Amino acid sequence: MTQAVETQFAARVIELHKHYYLGEIVVHALRGVNLDFPKGDFVAIMGSSGSGKSTLLNLLGALDRPTGGQYILGGFDVSKMTDNDLSDIRNRLIGFIFQSYNLIPQYTVLENIEVPLHYRDSRQPIDSEDRDRCEHLAKLVGLDGRFDHKPFQLSGGQQQRVAIARALVNNPEIILADEPTGNLDSKTEEEIMQILLDLNAEGRTIIMVTHEDNVAKLAKRQIHMKDGQVAGDGLFRG
Amino acid sequence: MFRLLRTINLAVKSLLLHKLRSSLTMLGIVFGVFSVIAMLAIGEGASKQAQDQVLELGATNIIVRSVKPPEQASSTTASSNSFILRYGLLREDLKLLSKENISGIERSIPIREVSAPVRYRHREMNCRVVGCTSGYFETNNLNLRDGRFITEHDQVKIDTIAVVAAQVAETLFPGEDPIGKSVQINGEYYEIRGITRTRGATAAIGGSLSGQDYNKDIYIPLKTMQVRMGDDNIQRKQGSFSAESIQLHQITLQISGTEDKKAEDLVIPISEVVRETMEINHKGKKDWSIIVPMELLEQAKQIQLIFNLVLGSIAAISLVVGGIGIMNIMLATVTERTREIGVRRALGARQRDIIEQFLVETIVLSGVGGAIGMLLGWLTPQIFSGTQWVYNKISSKTVEVDAGFNNMFADLTPDVQPWTLGLAFGISVGIGIIFGVYPAMSAARLDPIEALRHE
Repeated sequence: MTQAVETQFAARVIELHKHYYLGEIVVHALRGVNLDFPKGDFVAIMGSSGSGKSTLLNLLGALDRPTGGQYILGGFDVSKMTDNDLSDIRNRLIGFIFQSYNLIPQYTVLENIEVPLHYRDSRQPIDSEDRDRCEHLAKLVGLDGRFDHKPFQLSGGQQQRVAIARALVNNPEIILADEPTGNLDSKTEEEIMQILLDLNAEGRTIIMVTHEDNVAKLAKRQIHMKDGQVAGDGLFRG
Repeated sequence: MFRLLRTINLAVKSLLLHKLRSSLTMLGIVFGVFSVIAMLAIGEGASKQAQDQVLELGATNIIVRSVKPPEQASSTTASSNSFILRYGLLREDLKLLSKENISGIERSIPIREVSAPVRYRHREMNCRVVGCTSGYFETNNLNLRDGRFITEHDQVKIDTIAVVAAQVAETLFPGEDPIGKSVQINGEYYEIRGITRTRGATAAIGGSLSGQDYNKDIYIPLKTMQVRMGDDNIQRKQGSFSAESIQLHQITLQISGTEDKKAEDLVIPISEVVRETMEINHKGKKDWSIIVPMELLEQAKQIQLIFNLVLGSIAAISLVVGGIGIMNIMLATVTERTREIGVRRALGARQRDIIEQFLVETIVLSGVGGAIGMLLGWLTPQIFSGTQWVYNKISSKTVEVDAGFNNMFADLTPDVQPWTLGLAFGISVGIGIIFGVYPAMSAARLDPIEALRHE
């Protein structure tokens, strides 16, 4: 990994292209996307299915490499990294929140929050300090008293809280939320969004994919994707 | 080290999620390991049994026996002399095969045996009448229940005395003390001076020596036998008549000096000398055979090695089948937990981490299975005696089985060698690794995006 360059951007996307090869057919999922995410930003990415928003999210999440262009995350050029380096980048710089929570069913709440720590660079065993941090985060997202519950003993909203705590445990550069409230009722949706807003208020950079307008409008910025390109980018608060 | 413990702990957690599935998978390995240990133990037990039988002959003895020559060869010699068939060991052989003539021989113990009815009052029993010297009792591990053995003095005096086996005493003297009483053999009276303890029959060893039942024996001094009965043994049965003249049936040679030298280095060369001496003295006539228990022992060991190898291989196949079962389940697990793999990858797990995770799970599965199998294997003797008990219950009521087989089965004690426990456990863990690598690799190679999307 090359040394990070200090910037005011948490992440930058420059002329990003992504092609998929489905047999003979080439699918141009992204056709030159340019985006800047300043530190402390809260962005909602919107767009119909097939617009390329999922592809963009995968690239932003360092789960995939672009066909062309650059992706600078926390000062690192992620576009041409090896699989192992991508793993490390995801571990250090990205916090994932998924629509379907994606907790590990056989682990308790605390153990689920610990998972990213298992894969940190040093591969250091989890110590009491780490455990304190996990407990602190669990309390922060409102899971006090449920540390030893298994995911199936929790409601959807509670599971998503675990996922948020897990996303925070490595103190990432950006938080990527893929339809974080997609499976939740409106009341729980509000609670979860409030947590995200609070985190953003603390200065965390959040990139969120959603297709619900009422959720999107809570973000500082909305980006509309269409046909693999950014169709609109701006501040539409309220 | 701590890390490994944690990985194992996590693996156990994942396995406990599907207790039934994990335990059924483990069962394959349990039986595999158990059968490897049990098979080797039974093989080892059978080997011990066979070797013990040879050792009963005296590992450092050389046995020379009379053999009835084939008919064609004998007819010419027989017709030239008389209708009595003369063959077998000669008293002259005994003189040649003595410690004076061949160095290394400590003692030569000749016997002559005849089957004859033995009478006491109105009771009669068909016995093996053995003319022997004092050394016979020692070489055949015969112990006295009462009285005394035949001594050198009896030979000199040509006494008409006898020592009877326990069963003979019981049959001819029920409720009586046989000592001092006289039995009738071939019209002569022999006074009983001793009774031997019951001794288990020896089993037949290959084709070289038939089984020997010592419980229908009656022993008289060899010299007495020669003087009173002569060398001829004529048997008349309805319509048939056979007459043969044999001076000695068997000479057992005890070899000395086996304590300080390696026994086979001593016994084998002497057996060659004995063979040559016999060949010269009998002018090529094959009316004798030589049995070297030491050689039989070597043969038995070699046969056993092959036997063990075959048994072990068969058991190993079941272990491999168990391994395939594990692989099958692990592949299913990987498919089932594709999502979890995707999540872990998204949260920063490298391919290596995923491989490690699933490999450790497989190894824990096979290791625990191996440990249980090892425990069962260690209990093989107990389990086997249970089997014997069941077999006896069933066989005594339903089937007529060869007594020799029954004896062999009843006497067989599986012998669990400690190294087989280690070996079987090692193999089971090895199988865990071999059959775990593929599922683990296929888990690690999953595309994280695809894996996350997996339903």
